[in-house]
Amino acid sequence: MSQSRKMTCHIHLKKGVLDPQGVTIKQALENLGYDDVLEVRSSKVFTLTFREDTDGDLTLRAQEICRKLLANPVIEQFTVEEG
Amino acid sequence: MKFGVVTFPGSNCDYDNYMAIKERLLQPVEFIWHKDADIGTFDCICLPGGFSYGDYLRSGAIARFSPVMRAVIDYANRGGLVIGICNGFQVLLESGLLPGAMLRNRSLRFICKYIYLRCENNSTPFTNQIEAGEVVKIPIAHADGNYYSYNGDIKELTANGQVIFRYCTPAGKITDAANPNGSTASIAGICNRKGNVLGMMPHPERAAETLLGSEDGLKVFASTLAALKSGVARVAT
Repeated sequence: MSQSRKMTCHIHLKKGVLDPQGVTIKQALENLGYDDVLEVRSSKVFTLTFREDTDGDLTLRAQEICRKLLANPVIEQFTVEEG
Repeated sequence: MKFGVVTFPGSNCDYDNYMAIKERLLQPVEFIWHKDADIGTFDCICLPGGFSYGDYLRSGAIARFSPVMRAVIDYANRGGLVIGICNGFQVLLESGLLPGAMLRNRSLRFICKYIYLRCENNSTPFTNQIEAGEVVKIPIAHADGNYYSYNGDIKELTANGQVIFRYCTPAGKITDAANPNGSTASIAGICNRKGNVLGMMPHPERAAETLLGSEDGLKVFASTLAALKSGVARVAT
């Protein structure tokens, strides 16, 4: 299967939405001495492998999948990229 | 009045709801399997707590696409009474039947304990047996119960009387310390604009008899029954 048949979807919490995991990880980093880290935001990554004969624009298809299921539009936004 | 309790793979409060309705409310109740697209005739449908589909992706995100939810969404859109408790509330949010979303608790911990709720609107089918401003004691048990919505949504929910329960002190004061999970505006339960769909994080079915520590939760079910008996909320499934 060629590389171009894969799409990677990144799901992040929207700006301004509290990320309790990020806040807690930042505190742990401070405890480890990394006081130069201003903020930690967590995100999710999904890699979709499409059948080689999938028709149409895979970017549009991956975006549709993000909108329908992978991301919750109330709190999250997404980006998709090939590969 | 016939109640239905949906069982998703991973539901773990379906029997609690069933028993509260059968043994305490003394009403007929049946389980509804998540694969059933035709749910038959019910007067009220409960979506129970638990970890439907393992809470994979986001709590409630996979359950929302199960065959039974198509029927539940249709039932709710026709005015049928739907109660989503804990994971059931999360499923209702993911389904778009209620506005907003759940974030991880601000402590990042799973919290399981009795808390106090103030009833913010007692003229709904789910709260008519509760006094306005009454404080009820009902337990929570969740990791993702930090209710979030846009500022504009919160204002609209409040103005429309859609905020049904808020976390409070035993005396009924809304304070940050009495907010167990960081929910916006201390929100513990909301209903839709039409008032026929309730979502709440606390578990009324776990507080349906004094042996369990409180029977305040029974008031939610008793209210539903009273609304159904008055005839205003009955919808054919």
